Amino acid sequence: MSPSPAPVPFIDGLRDAASLRLPGSGHAWLDAARRENLEAFVASGLPDTRAEAWKYTALRALGQRRFALGDPGAVTRAVDPTALALPGVDGPRLVFVNGVFRADLSRLNTLPSGLTLQPLSQVLEQDPEPLRFALSRHYREASDAFARLNAALAGDGVVLRVAAGARIGKPVHLCFVGTPAEGDLAWHVRNVIELGAGSELDLVEHHVSSAGHKHLGTLVGDIVLQDGAKLQHALLQNTAEDSTLVRHSSLHLGAKSHAAMHVLELGGALVRHDLHAQLRGDEARLDTRGVFVLRGRQHIDTQLSIRHQALNTASESTWRGVADERGRGVFRGAIVVAEGADGSDANLSNKNLLLSALAEIDTKPELEIYADEVKAAHGATVGQLDERALFYLRSRGLPHAEARALLTTAFCRAVFASLPNETLREHFSDALLAHLP
Amino acid sequence: MLKIENLHARVEGKDILKGLTLTVNPGEVHAIMGPNGAGKSTLGNVLSGREGYEVTEGSVIFEGRDLLALEPEERAAAGLFLAFQYPVEIPGVNNTYFLRAALNAQRKQRGEPELDSMQFLKLVREKLKIMQISDELLHRAVNEGFSGGEKKRNEIFQMAVLEPKLAILDETDSGLDIDALKQVAQGVNALRSPDRAFLMITHYQRLLDYVEPDFVHVLADGRIVESGDKTLALKLEEHGYAWVADRKPAHTSEARA
Repeated sequence: MSPSPAPVPFIDGLRDAASLRLPGSGHAWLDAARRENLEAFVASGLPDTRAEAWKYTALRALGQRRFALGDPGAVTRAVDPTALALPGVDGPRLVFVNGVFRADLSRLNTLPSGLTLQPLSQVLEQDPEPLRFALSRHYREASDAFARLNAALAGDGVVLRVAAGARIGKPVHLCFVGTPAEGDLAWHVRNVIELGAGSELDLVEHHVSSAGHKHLGTLVGDIVLQDGAKLQHALLQNTAEDSTLVRHSSLHLGAKSHAAMHVLELGGALVRHDLHAQLRGDEARLDTRGVFVLRGRQHIDTQLSIRHQALNTASESTWRGVADERGRGVFRGAIVVAEGADGSDANLSNKNLLLSALAEIDTKPELEIYADEVKAAHGATVGQLDERALFYLRSRGLPHAEARALLTTAFCRAVFASLPNETLREHFSDALLAHLP
Repeated sequence: MLKIENLHARVEGKDILKGLTLTVNPGEVHAIMGPNGAGKSTLGNVLSGREGYEVTEGSVIFEGRDLLALEPEERAAAGLFLAFQYPVEIPGVNNTYFLRAALNAQRKQRGEPELDSMQFLKLVREKLKIMQISDELLHRAVNEGFSGGEKKRNEIFQMAVLEPKLAILDETDSGLDIDALKQVAQGVNALRSPDRAFLMITHYQRLLDYVEPDFVHVLADGRIVESGDKTLALKLEEHGYAWVADRKPAHTSEARA
């Protein structure tokens, strides 16, 4: 018998979770999957820092907090629609407020042909059967605790399909808004995204808050690219500064498919992103590029795990971290080139900039190769701003803060240069600048 | 314009400037010459406000203000410009963008309206004529991959755009071949005006063949030991710095007395 863990407020807050009525409740398989995942989560609790994947991210303080189960008032909460707008992003839009779909804020009329875009809550009430495989998954690793919790409690999210061969011209905007409620609450969102063979999609994922709050949000997403599909995925995370956001994404890439991600992580007190990618088909290609910028006491942890499983697959990962004040960044980039994935090409670079003596960034690139004729390179650095460059700029009249911001954005520039949406690229750059203290 | 009195400065606990006194008036070109280790570059760095230089005694008044109390960017806005001996490469920062940001930051500090991109472009085109610098360099990152000559010309080009009242050229001639030296000198001469003064710090006399100074000062062991007109530079060229070293003890003992 293992000793039973001491009761923690976080777990205690889940007492009524089993009897919660969620969209889709009543379908036996869904009820069973939710129940089993809830039991597994309650049994294991939040992972502690002994788990390798959580070594640098302590959840003790989170465990001491109690969150309400969702937000019953989410459908009527006032949200300023202008706060959701993103320059250069004017296609279909799906908006969630505190984890609940909001038709009034979304833009779903006149969807381009070949695009199916629905809130999960609707699909679950109508016909959840096609999602049975995705939603009845069991997360076996205790370090996947949040995915378990999400599987137990998610009642809404994005269901997006692109038909084979369809090219969706306008970017699809997925917007997750946090807004204050009567107390701290936890919301859970589940996304299922599939690009048919040879299709193309431009996706913008956007985390934002309408005002300060201390909610916990979890988001689990599956993204599947069938053979030859192309995905541009831009992600702007600018959630409330006191909030907690945990995201877990799985990406499956078929033969000759290509996914390109551009990630900008700015907001949140505690933010964790696990990205697990599998390059399953020959000549699949994945590019991930990201920047995380921390200030105050922010903690942002990115865990990248890429598996090359087929011939001549390629991955390129370029990440930059900037930490000021007492910010703490964590980056782990693990690449596995599996047996048989001959001719693969894997590159990973993570450079970090500390702007204060109290800031910290822990970076860990890992590379495991079990195949032949592989080209692989990885590198990570942590450094400070070049004092000579700083003085040079100041000697020409730029005030200290401006010179610092100029050098910091220059440090991050390479990451977003390849973002094709120029207007959005400029917005990313502005958002980054605005986040520097 | 610039009044340096009895300036003492140290770097890493070591006294470098030991009582330097110098006055520069508008329109004048002063050359500061001296052997290695005399404190020439320290003078430029102290005047421009680089960190790590501790002023232990003396004063510097620039345009009626206490220069040493100002931040480097405030000194720039007040009209001080340092052409670096080793211009810094700044990857990722576009040369033109940087220069416009610098000019506008200075104008803002002075309470002048900022230039929009069209006005700035017009100014740049005018100044390009002065410095033979190719358009292509303007579109690259600041000094990144520039040759030694290109870096120095870029410094003078920046000076042309920023239009300082006092320009300090820190060994701008070092590492230049004769053609590059002539181009740099041509740029400096084009910028000479009755309101603008120059302080040229140099080890060699050859820059002074192309930019004729009004005054030449010899710096040795942290002090000016000899001042004169341009013929002093020729004397130095003929006799070498040993000639100064021979004269130095007299001054030093005088200072100690």
